[in-house]
Amino acid sequence: MKSGSDEQISRRELLKRAGAVGAVAFVPVASIVSARTASAQGGVSAPLAVVREPLVTLTSAEADILEAVCARLIPTDTNGPGAAEARAAHYIDRALGGALQSSRAVYASGLAALDSYASSSRGSRFAALAPGDQDLVLQEVSSGSAAGFPNGAAFFSLVRTHTIEGTFGDPAYGGNAGFVGWDLIGYPGVRTVVTADEQRLGTVARANHKSAYDYAMFTKASP
Amino acid sequence: MATRLKDTDVVIIGLGAAGGVAAWPLAQSGMDVVGLEAGTWLTSRDFAPDELRNNYREWPQAVQKAQHEVPTQRANAGAPTVRAGSHPMMNAVGGTTLHYWAQSWRLNPWDFKVVSETTRRYGASRIPRGSTVEDWPFALGELEPYYDKVEYEIGVSGQAGNVRGKIDRRGNIFEGARAREYPMPPLRGSGFTDMMGTAATGLGWHPFPGPAAINSRTYQGRSACMYHGFCNKGGCHVDAKNSPAVTTIPKAQKTGHLKVVTRAHVTTIEVDRAGRVSGVTYVTDGAEFFQPARVVLLASYTYENTRTLLLSKSPAYPDGLSNNHGQVGRHYFSHNQGAVVTALFPKNLNTWYGLPAQGIGVDDFADDNFDHGSLDFVGGGNLWVYSDRRPIGAASMFTFGRPMWGSAWKAFIKENADRTNTAYLQKTTLPYEDNYLDLDPIVKDPLGFPVCRITADYKENERRIAAFIQDKMEAWYRAAGASEIVRGNMGPMGVATHAYGGTRMGDDISTNVVNRWGFSHEAPNLGILGASVMGTSGARNPTLTAQALAWRTAEHLVNNWKSIST
Repeated sequence: MKSGSDEQISRRELLKRAGAVGAVAFVPVASIVSARTASAQGGVSAPLAVVREPLVTLTSAEADILEAVCARLIPTDTNGPGAAEARAAHYIDRALGGALQSSRAVYASGLAALDSYASSSRGSRFAALAPGDQDLVLQEVSSGSAAGFPNGAAFFSLVRTHTIEGTFGDPAYGGNAGFVGWDLIGYPGVRTVVTADEQRLGTVARANHKSAYDYAMFTKASP
Repeated sequence: MATRLKDTDVVIIGLGAAGGVAAWPLAQSGMDVVGLEAGTWLTSRDFAPDELRNNYREWPQAVQKAQHEVPTQRANAGAPTVRAGSHPMMNAVGGTTLHYWAQSWRLNPWDFKVVSETTRRYGASRIPRGSTVEDWPFALGELEPYYDKVEYEIGVSGQAGNVRGKIDRRGNIFEGARAREYPMPPLRGSGFTDMMGTAATGLGWHPFPGPAAINSRTYQGRSACMYHGFCNKGGCHVDAKNSPAVTTIPKAQKTGHLKVVTRAHVTTIEVDRAGRVSGVTYVTDGAEFFQPARVVLLASYTYENTRTLLLSKSPAYPDGLSNNHGQVGRHYFSHNQGAVVTALFPKNLNTWYGLPAQGIGVDDFADDNFDHGSLDFVGGGNLWVYSDRRPIGAASMFTFGRPMWGSAWKAFIKENADRTNTAYLQKTTLPYEDNYLDLDPIVKDPLGFPVCRITADYKENERRIAAFIQDKMEAWYRAAGASEIVRGNMGPMGVATHAYGGTRMGDDISTNVVNRWGFSHEAPNLGILGASVMGTSGARNPTLTAQALAWRTAEHLVNNWKSIST
């Protein structure tokens, strides 16, 4: 049962272990700050070291491809952190074992088809391509013109939808880490009371960085 | 073999918007009422402000009956049949009123008299070809006292525009006369809705805050609205949304005369040899029960009302209960809610919070509130803009031709996520000869019963209204400073939240299922509640009208108990 129990180590435990060896756990706060600073200075931010969580549903190879796709859909750039820092791929990985379970097989075949199209058209696996080449591959897939990937447009649309959910959804589901998605579009956070002043034109409520489930009055949702 | 339960006076099938209201006058009169509800109770703990769960996944219902019974749909008898992935209505005590927008309109006077008023003003030839529209069997005045009862009992906020004939320009000047003001002032405006109101006034129109079954102040011990932004497909965490689940149903229970039975999946309304209904068969966790009753009130949703009748076949009603004149499923229509208009503004609108009922309406182009003499349609639409936005929806915004992903897209949504707005445009839809509901010949629910099939499409009158109303909405947005506008398509006439007909109310037994009181022309102790009895849509949400009609039917039953029950 040893290997079995290893596989079932809780995420909390893994995060604790990661902390014990000094690694950044799962919200890359330092990265976010540096990206913001870069943005404020109008400079180009350096590639961010995003530490990945243990996988729930996807294989390691699948996760590599998905992480790379998410990072191109909502890139880290002069406008700040993107889907990588939000941990959209982590959101999708968790949800594919829960509410999005019916899409698990679509991800398996779609990610494999994407990777083989990258290999056949650009001579390299998707995750290893330069960002510009990744964008070209994604354009071809999204327009349905990628040879050998007839369902590419539908798959692209599905991943885009889920990447948006994982970047702009409530952090309780494993994405929108550090509220980077909400900060990007200016959503000031979940409130249970909103005043008339907070609804005026020309004003904006203070970003409170609160999830629905930071309020104890609600029963927690499942992933 | 079904377990036979103890007799009761009245059984109500469905404790939603209509059944949940009818239970109160019945229980108050001392009748013993059993309310059969497919769903369960939900509480404010279930109403988390969680966009992903509420708006992108199934509502956290314990019971998903409706989701297993999604109707199939086709545009006409020769078109392919398709099935939507989900049903827009939910099963719970209180039904969809737990998460609806709570807009609580009265119909306008014209809506009750479409045929006679159109004929009088423009001539009979202006009734669109193929339409089966009839005047209601009564005018607005007959329903006014019941609108009033519901508004005061459940609590509706709003600004009156016509109290006993005296016009108040702060409200809707086109509404029919009401006996008194609303019990609560309207919900407050937001910066955005105030801006839109000013623009409408500048166009010479008559904007007003709309009515909502939402507390604008503390009402009957329940909190005022907190404007937190999760009302749209979300329940209220402070019980400020006045669903029957927090108003009439608990009140009826306190009388000791309403027994609520949850997780009751009704399969058949039973009939005796004389053609009178004798009770209801339902299934809970695989066990079958028969609930005998002197009177049955069918109060499920429009699709399920027709379906339940068609499935309840008997020697007295070989084609389905109350269908010996072939009218069950006829005169079906759903509100023309498509053909939206979306605008982009050059500044932030600050609509991250608020609710769909916190808005500004314009009724100048609804019903017959304007001259149709030189136009080629009858009816019109209500224009409604409101304060409501959540982050996933904002990031998924229409990009007005810009890229849909990557850095350019990211820059676009960063700038514009709070700068777009989509109007809610409810437009007249008429019933037509070839738009109807029946049972699907192939698709069945998990119990093996056929689901409802919709055969319906919008006609020329609806298309012309849509184009006309989109023109008006575009003018309104432009007047308020919008920089870009896009118009949506009407879409198919599929499964809808505003579905009408199938059991229409009217005096003529050859064209209507229920009489002017809501009781079957054929089975005298069967009453039918909900928008399925409505013969016209108006240009506004149906719920308050369905509730007023339900109260009226219940009161009629109380006053005529002997003749109806025996």
